[in-house]
This record gives sequence, C-alpha cells and structure tokens, in this order.
Amino acid sequence: MPTTVSTATGATETMVLNMGPQHPSTHGVLRVVLELDGETVVKAQPEIGYLHTGIEKSCEAKTYSQAITLTDRLDYLAPLSNNLCYCLAVEKLLGLEVPKRAQYIRVLLTELTRIGSHLVWLGTHAIDLGAMSVFLYCFREREEILKILEMVSGQRMMTSYFRIGGLALEPPAGWLEPVERFAAMFPGRIQEYEELLTRNRIWLARTVGVGTISAADAIAMGVTGPTLRATGVAYDVRKLFPYSSYDEFDFEVPTRTDSDCYARYLLRLEEMRQSLKIIRQAMAKIPPEGPIRTDAPGIVPPQREKMKTEMEALIYHFKIFTEGFSPPPGEVYQAIESPRGELGFYVVSDGSPKPARVKVRAPSFINLQALPKLVEGRLIADVVACIGTIDIVLGEVDR
Amino acid sequence: MTETQDLEQNPVVHKLREWDAQAVAEASVFRGELTVVVPRGRLRHAAEFLQGDPELQFTLLSDITAADRFPLEPRFELNYHMLSLGRRERLRVKVRVAGIDPVVESVTSVWPTANWHEREIFDLFGVRFEGHPDLRRIMMPEDWEGHPLRKDYPTEGFR
Repeated sequence: MPTTVSTATGATETMVLNMGPQHPSTHGVLRVVLELDGETVVKAQPEIGYLHTGIEKSCEAKTYSQAITLTDRLDYLAPLSNNLCYCLAVEKLLGLEVPKRAQYIRVLLTELTRIGSHLVWLGTHAIDLGAMSVFLYCFREREEILKILEMVSGQRMMTSYFRIGGLALEPPAGWLEPVERFAAMFPGRIQEYEELLTRNRIWLARTVGVGTISAADAIAMGVTGPTLRATGVAYDVRKLFPYSSYDEFDFEVPTRTDSDCYARYLLRLEEMRQSLKIIRQAMAKIPPEGPIRTDAPGIVPPQREKMKTEMEALIYHFKIFTEGFSPPPGEVYQAIESPRGELGFYVVSDGSPKPARVKVRAPSFINLQALPKLVEGRLIADVVACIGTIDIVLGEVDR
Repeated sequence: MTETQDLEQNPVVHKLREWDAQAVAEASVFRGELTVVVPRGRLRHAAEFLQGDPELQFTLLSDITAADRFPLEPRFELNYHMLSLGRRERLRVKVRVAGIDPVVESVTSVWPTANWHEREIFDLFGVRFEGHPDLRRIMMPEDWEGHPLRKDYPTEGFR
C-alpha cells in the first residue's frame, strides 16, 4: 500500500514498482516489490517461489544414491559443492570413512567449482553495472574449469561426480595437467580483472559505500559466506568445522570490514586466490594411485572388474541399483562452505532405502532475506548492485 | 538411535537444565550431534536463553526444518539448527507438535532470520507460527491447496 511521505515541498505519495520476475539483473526469476519515494527505496520485499521444483519432496521418492542427481540442480553454478555436502551427510549417517585420495580429489574439484562460481558472479555482477568486457573475460576462464570437469566426470555442469563413499569413477590419466595449466595461468587473469575494475571510477562510484550491513545484523539475519565475512566475521565452515580433510590444507579466510559491495568484490577476488592455493596443495597431495571409493559392500558399488567375475559382487551390485541401501534410523546435519555461504543438508533416515526427509539449508535463500537491509534508503539503481553482490542462485533459493 | 553419553556433563544441556529444570525433555547425541528436545510451550523462552546467554552464544540460527512422521503422533518435528561461533559448536533443538492444528511459537523476535524459514514450513507443512509478523505462503502460489511436504501429499501432486 502506498504511504504518504511528507517532503519540504509538501506531501507526496510513494509508488510501488515491480522489479521482476523477468528482469535480466535478477539472475533468474526473482521478483522484488519496491516501494519508492522518487528514486529512493522506502521498502523492498523479495517475492520468491517462481522456480520452486519440489526437489526436497522428490528426494523422498528416490533412493539415497539417486538423490545425488537432484542436488546438482540446486545451485547449478556450483554443482560439486552440492554433491559433496549431500554425500558427506549420507556418509555421516552411515558412519563411512572416505579414502584420503578421494577426499583430496573432492577438495580440488570443489575449489575449482568455487572459482568457477565466483567467475560467473563477477562477470554477471559487472555486466549488471555496465562493464561488458569483464563478463567475456570471466567466461573465458570458466570455460577452462568446465573443460576440466567434463574431462573428469563426463559432464560440464550436472556432474554428479561425488558418490556416497567416494567418487563415481577414476579420473582419466594425466588429468592434473590441465589443472596445472589453469593454476599457472589464473593469477595473471585475476590481475586482469583487477586492472579493469579495482580502480575503475565508474565501478567505484557504483559499489563503494553501497549496500552496507552491520555484523550484528548479518548474524541476526543468518547471513553467511562472503557477505558475512565482508562485515569482519571470519566464519568459514572449512576452518570452523573442517570436513573432507580441509584441516590439512594451509589457506586463509579473507575478511574485510567495510561490508559494502566493493568490499565483497575484493573479498571474492581474494577467495579465488586462496582457492588456487588450496588447489596447488591438493595437486601435490593426491597420490597417483589408490582407492577412490571406500570398501563397504552393500553400500558402495563394487568395482566393475569384480562385478563381472565374482558372484558376491554381482549380487551386491544388483541390490544397490535396484533396492538401494538402508542407513540406520537417525538424523544428521552436515554443513560445508559453498561459494555462497554455509550450505547444509539435513537428512533423516527411518531405516528404509529412501530418505525420510532431505532439507537443504540454502545459503542464497537466507542471504536473500537480508536484501531489504542492504537496499532500503538507497537509490533504485543500487538494488541491482546489491542483488548482484549477495550472489544468489534462484535454483537454490526456490528449490 | 541414541548414543547416549554422559549428557549431564554436557555444558549446553547442563546450563539449560540449570536455568529451567523443565526446559530439556530429552537429550541425545547421534554421530556427534547434540539434540535437545524442548517442550513445545517453552520453545521461545529457551530460544531467548540460548541466543542471549553470554556463555552459550547461539547467536546464529542456521536453519529451521520440519519433518513429517505421519502416521505417527506427535506428527511433526521442528528442528532448529543453531550455531555458536564463539564456542565452535552446533546444537539441534527439537520440538514435537501434534498433527491436529499444529501451532508453535514463532522465534522471529529472537532471530529475525527465522521469518522465511517459518513461512516455508507453514507453506509446505501447514504448521502455524504464533506471533509471526507475516505468515503467508512463500514457495507455492497463494491459492494453493494442501501442504506438499506432508507425507500424505502424493509426490506427483493431486490429479
């Protein structure tokens, strides 16, 4: 409802403007109802649900292994993060330990995904604010990452490469070479983005001081990820609750205190550098040979060779792919640090081969809720900058 | 499903019991995760204590979810996953709600982030939250009938 605003020139009425659901800078189908006083946002109300696909409900109709393919489709810019979190949750439920080699490969690939996701963020965020060329540069580098993912898993985006108990298949011989080439090339590319943006006057005018939020507000709103770290709170799940051997890696959690769009931009650039550091360490750590799946008959599919030659393995193979496996009754919550913040999977088992409940704690969903705090009182043009800078993926928001 | 340890020694359970002897109906640890069952009527009170206590500092509410145990009663379980950055600790607070006219106190006044979580549970499970400032559907269209995540709601929807 429009409200009356009194100004020096007399009483005026506010105007309600619908931003979206079809709007290029909302990164999907998000609708924001803006109440405006001239060009100033008085009230902002995000309306979501346009992409609701009922993934959580569908998970209940699938076996534990089948549900992995659905997790890819949540945050489609970082599918491996979703795979990892779901697999870790089910492994926790089962009490499975994954071989170190598989853990390191998981770390390497999820960090590559993080860079890829940040590149899409940087490219689209820049294009929203009128810097066209950065977009092309970012997608050039992301292509290299997608090629690596395709080589390893056979898929560019919907990888489903992490499976319960390890990995889907042995990575191809020589797969680390393109990763090495990428690691050698990428620091120079970050430098290029910096040259295009960091001291660009238009970029500074659009981002410095825009969309600030205090640390206390961010925590009260449940905000995590780069948006929280830009307020000075060094919360990173990889450090606080290490998973998949992250405690064996040496990296820093960058923080800033300005908490504006510019701070979040610098922070994500630094995160890409830190991810690269982790990737280099992982390359050195991954043993050339060793198991990629844990040995758990009846839960983890047997090796193909065994399945073709041993009766027992054949029976297990058949049972896993027809009936599935039944974890003990119980419930677990597993969180990881996705490119967008704390991604969590809450999985409940009732002792049957299908999960009784799968809940996704989607960081985009929760971070988006804080959008009004960032934009209220600011200009309408800043809304675009703020939506871009909290980095939402609507597939994950609406699930 | 419980790996019961010496839970009286657990500082969180101990502090909660010390503050209000009735606050903890059950406590259990499964796979290293602490779950505390709080009686429905004491939820908001316990939330205020957990959030505000200078030692516990469960200031960040990660997530709220519901689970439908149909046809068992009490039918719904609400799970509040909270995080204490200072203590490096997570906690699950569980509240059980009956299937007929399910209603719980809202915790939006304690953690503003609960707003959308509670709307989602209201939308998909049909659990109402007393004292919620803006309780309406969030995922489904406003004129939708039924609550899709309930177990008696078919996966393909009603045809």
